[in-house]
Amino acid sequence: MSEKSKQFWAGVRSEIPLLIGGFPFGMIYGALALNAGLSKAAAQVMSSTVFAGSAQFITAQLVHENTPGFVIVLTIAVVNLRHMLYSASLAPYLAALPARWKVFLSYLLTDEAYAPTILHYEREGITPQAHWFLLGAGGVLWTDWQLSTALGIFLGAAIPESWSLDFALPLTFIAMVVPVLRDRPAIAAALSAGVVALVAFSLPYKLGLILAALVGIVIGTVLEGKKPSAVDQSQREVS
Amino acid sequence: MNIWLVMLLGGLITFLIRFSFIYLFGRFEFPEKIRKALHYVPPAVLSAIIFPELFLRDGALNLSLENTSLLAGLIAILVAWFSKNTLITILAGMLALFLLQFFL
Repeated sequence: MSEKSKQFWAGVRSEIPLLIGGFPFGMIYGALALNAGLSKAAAQVMSSTVFAGSAQFITAQLVHENTPGFVIVLTIAVVNLRHMLYSASLAPYLAALPARWKVFLSYLLTDEAYAPTILHYEREGITPQAHWFLLGAGGVLWTDWQLSTALGIFLGAAIPESWSLDFALPLTFIAMVVPVLRDRPAIAAALSAGVVALVAFSLPYKLGLILAALVGIVIGTVLEGKKPSAVDQSQREVS
Repeated sequence: MNIWLVMLLGGLITFLIRFSFIYLFGRFEFPEKIRKALHYVPPAVLSAIIFPELFLRDGALNLSLENTSLLAGLIAILVAWFSKNTLITILAGMLALFLLQFFL
């Protein structure tokens, strides 16, 4: 086997455990997006344009609440900002590639593709065919996400409205946020953002959401600055 | 704004974020302050969405027992804390909502 296909299939294999978790998540997204009022086509297209689980769930919720488009786009940007970290951390390994590779691999750079790829790169160092690994991991995840979305849309169309399935969206967010509340700054960020979201709820264009998110982020960051040991901890996790 | 434009711009911005440092490599250092701040995006954004869903009914604060979403949400928070499982949390929250709506 050539080095290219060896890297590619190693990437695919590393992604398999994440595919198993990703598939039901994609199905839930498809079903809930439909229930939140997105058309079948829009729900599917978002899986290939935005291609980021949590941002897609949040968009579905905001569409459900009739949030203005520019606030939705702004929220997608805030939620996906963390990918900048991934971009920065993979950049040295992809630096020698032609532009078209950099563009395509950037499109595939999700949480689930990043995690096994950076572990692999840190083990192997900078090697000439390493981009095939990310292509394998990201490509197979992309396929998994498109198929699971389609199946979720198909099944979601069969669920009656009386089931108040729209409540499953906030429940999904609860399932996402609770495991993140590991230390005091994170809890403070969550509580302060939540309270500001309540107080600022009546602001026009749902801008209360953006304001609340910013307050939470600032409070979390400031509190972390006062506790040097926690800073080291969190940097090790993301780097 | 049209929903298709939201899909397109949302996708474009997400792509540019992912492309940013792969493109800028060697030209720009990642600021340490932003690295720290990014850590707090998930708890802040998600809570900002969850709180109004649980606490507000028709735009007003509702802390009574009639607010079944709040009760079901609190149950879901407990289940999420102990199970750390997305699917179990959703199912428990939905079940709690059904039962509360039925009995209260």
